[in-house]
Amino acid sequence: MFTGGFDPVNILAILPEISLIVLGLLILGLDLALPEERRGILGWVTAGGLVLIIGLALAISRPGSEPILLWGGMLRHDWLGFAFKIVFLFAAAITALFSMDLFDSGRRGEYFLLLLAATLGMNLMASAADLIMLYLAIETTSIPLYILAGFLTKDDKSTESGFKYFLFGAFTSAVMLYGFSLLYGFGGTTNLYGLSQAFLEGGLSIGAILGSLLLILVGFGFKVSAVPFHFWAPDVYEGSPTPIAGFLSTASKAAGFAVLARVMLAVFPSIAVEWGAIVAALATATMTIGNIIALAQKNIKRLLAYSSIAHAGYALIGIVAISYLGVASTVFYLIAYVITNLLAFGIVALFGRVAGSDDIAAYAGMSRRSPWLALGMMVALLSLSGMPPFGGFVVKFAVFAAAIQAGMVWLAFIGVINSIVALYYYLTILKYVYLYRSEDEDKPLPVSRPYAIGLTVLSLLVILIGTVFAPWFSVASSAAAAIFR
Amino acid sequence: MTPLQIIFLITSVGILGSALMVVTTRNLVHAALWLVVSLFGVAVLYVMLSAAFLAVAQVVIYIGAIAILMIFAIMLTRRVAKDSGPQTNPNWTWAVVVAAALFGGLTWLLSSWNGFSTPIPELSSRADPLSQLGQALVSPNAYVLPFEVASVLLLSALIGAIMVAWDRRSG
Repeated sequence: MFTGGFDPVNILAILPEISLIVLGLLILGLDLALPEERRGILGWVTAGGLVLIIGLALAISRPGSEPILLWGGMLRHDWLGFAFKIVFLFAAAITALFSMDLFDSGRRGEYFLLLLAATLGMNLMASAADLIMLYLAIETTSIPLYILAGFLTKDDKSTESGFKYFLFGAFTSAVMLYGFSLLYGFGGTTNLYGLSQAFLEGGLSIGAILGSLLLILVGFGFKVSAVPFHFWAPDVYEGSPTPIAGFLSTASKAAGFAVLARVMLAVFPSIAVEWGAIVAALATATMTIGNIIALAQKNIKRLLAYSSIAHAGYALIGIVAISYLGVASTVFYLIAYVITNLLAFGIVALFGRVAGSDDIAAYAGMSRRSPWLALGMMVALLSLSGMPPFGGFVVKFAVFAAAIQAGMVWLAFIGVINSIVALYYYLTILKYVYLYRSEDEDKPLPVSRPYAIGLTVLSLLVILIGTVFAPWFSVASSAAAAIFR
Repeated sequence: MTPLQIIFLITSVGILGSALMVVTTRNLVHAALWLVVSLFGVAVLYVMLSAAFLAVAQVVIYIGAIAILMIFAIMLTRRVAKDSGPQTNPNWTWAVVVAAALFGGLTWLLSSWNGFSTPIPELSSRADPLSQLGQALVSPNAYVLPFEVASVLLLSALIGAIMVAWDRRSG
């Protein structure tokens, strides 16, 4: 039983995950050993450790050009998973930097440990090739995030946000788990690639497969906050600590997309036309509703929540195309989106902490208080709205191109119209930042060192993606190649 | 109708009926006790599917540990273990419609599958599911990775629970 040699590549492939656990235990130990006033370095240790892990992963754990199934088919070691892993580790490092000023004292160790546990779950989500592994990975991501969203237990809004996230998450993951159990019943295996074989061989009605697919889509739709599973996003982002809101809207969403792309394209090629139509409808509704509700928002965290819902819609376009270019463009889109949105949330976190308000009106006169911060805001918002020369432009171009190549000009058209709508509310914020005056203009906005490092790196990356996009796109293409092989 | 089907029907009625009681009874301690009945019914279902280990785990973990812990939590935290508020909200008709549609849809979906009418195959008497399960959980060519990830998940859930529940100022 279960015989077969043990290949050391098994260990090399999960080296980033093992190092994450080691780093987490180190944080826990330091939290115990250090006196309370010196625990400020825990954030530096987390961020530095994550950067080290990224280096380690790039040096040792890179997958070959041929994808392989490891650990008895639990994981698939390929470029799709690997590219996403690097994105998650990077997002976690930035989030750790932005979180350092969040607390006055104490309770830091648990925070960073939970952040690392969630990152571990995302890494496994991106490479899981088995329903059991996938479900455990999703829960390992979600449960620490529920707690992180409600981390400020003295703050009613944060508690509400954590609890709301938990209730929505528990409900949708129960529905998704039911879908998984039906898939296992129909296909007779839990391996994603085995299921795909079973479905292609036929003998199952389309209705049965499509029904279980719909149940699974509930869970995935919640993770990527696609309409109609988006209701949690604005409330949770508004209440949770801002760096965590940034992490939720970027890494957690990207992890959902990694799973969505792999499961949809690997398991369900036999009903590609049907699910293509369903996901196209989801994408249209997500873009349109996200953007329209965002127009009316007064709170910047809620506005960014609706904007991130709309961005999930754009990224779905690439998946709907069901093509090599489509997947590559979605991965490319997510890389740029994660970096840009982290930048936006980082500035909001910094501003909210200093100014004590997340209202858009409070941003009046920001360019006079801190020109560099205002410049960062402009880079983030223009990139989100899809303006050249920033990252957001090329990636939007790529997803729309994928839709047109797949013969869905109408979808690209809806996307373009939505981008124009979105431009309005992004520019409204910039209007407050640059044109309006306020009485607080002479109060400076001090930028602490972790924020200075994080925001500079992110701004440079946003511009770099928009100008030198070939290397990024080639990574995204290798990720897509891993699926279509 | 085979004896197995009759036992299944009785068990299902028991599970669903006691589950209904869990959400409708106004006394929290009664709700916890009805939950024990419902969970026990699930253990009976496991036995019928020849999953002896799962049945034992169900009894020991869900009934022996979780339900009892709930009863203790109710006793220690609430002075009045009775709920007097309204039990439904104005949307309950919609909830009924959605639930009925979902049930109908899932029944139709399962009945279209040819496994729906297949009788349960007999396990060979020499099969040893328990040792297979044990080996599968620790074999690198089977489920050792999910097994280890589950421990990370439990550790972080534990730390999170302490974090949420422990008030540092009073601790």
